[in-house]
Amino acid sequence: MANIWDIIIIGAGPAGMTAAIYGQRAGKKTLMLEANMYGGQIINTPEIENYPGIKKTSGAEFAQELYEQATGLGAEMIMEKAVSVEDDGDVKHVHTEQNVYDAKTVIIATGAKNRPLGLDREEQLIGAGISYCATCDGMFFRGKDVAVNGGGNTALGDALFLAQICSKVYIIHRRDQFRGDESDVEKLQKLDNVEFVLSSNVTKLIGDPKLEAIEVTSVKDGQTREIPVSALFVAIGQMPENKEFANVVPLDPKGYVDAGEDCLTGHAGIFTAGDCRTKTVRQLTTAAADGAVAALAASAEID
Amino acid sequence: MAAVNVTMDNFEEEVLKSDKPVVVDFWASWCGPCKMLSPVLDQVADETSDVKVVKVNVDENEPVAIKYNVASIPCLVRFVNGEEQNRSIGVIPKPQVEKFVKGE
Repeated sequence: MANIWDIIIIGAGPAGMTAAIYGQRAGKKTLMLEANMYGGQIINTPEIENYPGIKKTSGAEFAQELYEQATGLGAEMIMEKAVSVEDDGDVKHVHTEQNVYDAKTVIIATGAKNRPLGLDREEQLIGAGISYCATCDGMFFRGKDVAVNGGGNTALGDALFLAQICSKVYIIHRRDQFRGDESDVEKLQKLDNVEFVLSSNVTKLIGDPKLEAIEVTSVKDGQTREIPVSALFVAIGQMPENKEFANVVPLDPKGYVDAGEDCLTGHAGIFTAGDCRTKTVRQLTTAAADGAVAALAASAEID
Repeated sequence: MAAVNVTMDNFEEEVLKSDKPVVVDFWASWCGPCKMLSPVLDQVADETSDVKVVKVNVDENEPVAIKYNVASIPCLVRFVNGEEQNRSIGVIPKPQVEKFVKGE
């Protein structure tokens, strides 16, 4: 009989690694499958100050501690991308790009990723002017002209941060009003080196091998304008990556796993946790909470 | 071979004129993901002898970062005979670091 894991967790972010801690502590043999590096999106956060009991830490340190905690309890991690789950009744076969692993239960904790603009050559220009993380890459554009695309809190926060180090910051937003906090908008309006480009979309990336300019198009009259910038920080929201698992879990119209706070998917033996689940609040604490709930539900089903 | 620190003063000597392929890790102290990648790269460096692994602090050696268009870190660049052959941006797990270092 092949090796059967009690719980296979797809994704080793805060939700997945918390699930591994709870799984191991419930005496279950737990395997995490991670496509990239453990930690998920949090590794790019320089300062975490809202996790109860930890006054201040960095995302990378938090991820490292969590990894050591989970693996220290005996959870295993394999760096392979899960591509499908096949439900064979009592056994679920989790296929990765390289192998197949069997488990009694599966927790889908694939998280979310930054939504790309979907423009030509966008991927090619990552690290050459296109960035999804202003606090990570902003320092490389000290004294340069840059643009931020988006209208939420992330975009506004990015613009405030960049305005301190860059000579000019353009904020490009498809609407004429912001979704983000009014107080941030007011702060930005007072800055001399910030220009709002509203009711406009970024429609073209110009420059090779580095970004040199962007083309923006007005949604009102279709007029285009070329803005010379060294970098474009994309902050237009997040998207899940659950398509591969649509055969075993219900997805909502945006692609998130349609499940409630109980993390049950309506499919026996398959659970979900963290940012990949339909929810209104996506925070470190809610991801960790989901991890605990899903792992205990999975453990109960095995017992 | 353990990874060594390289600066703009000895970059040419240590990287461009090296007779072995060289993997350069561009990093900074404020970069969390760099701190996650660094020990993984150290392990891989210790396990390989045909490739040299070096680290460049981008804050202290800005001209090198600018010259090689480094605009996102962690950034690994593989040089062969003084020419850039491949580049990887962001944290990657050990199996991918191994492949990158070996040039596979």
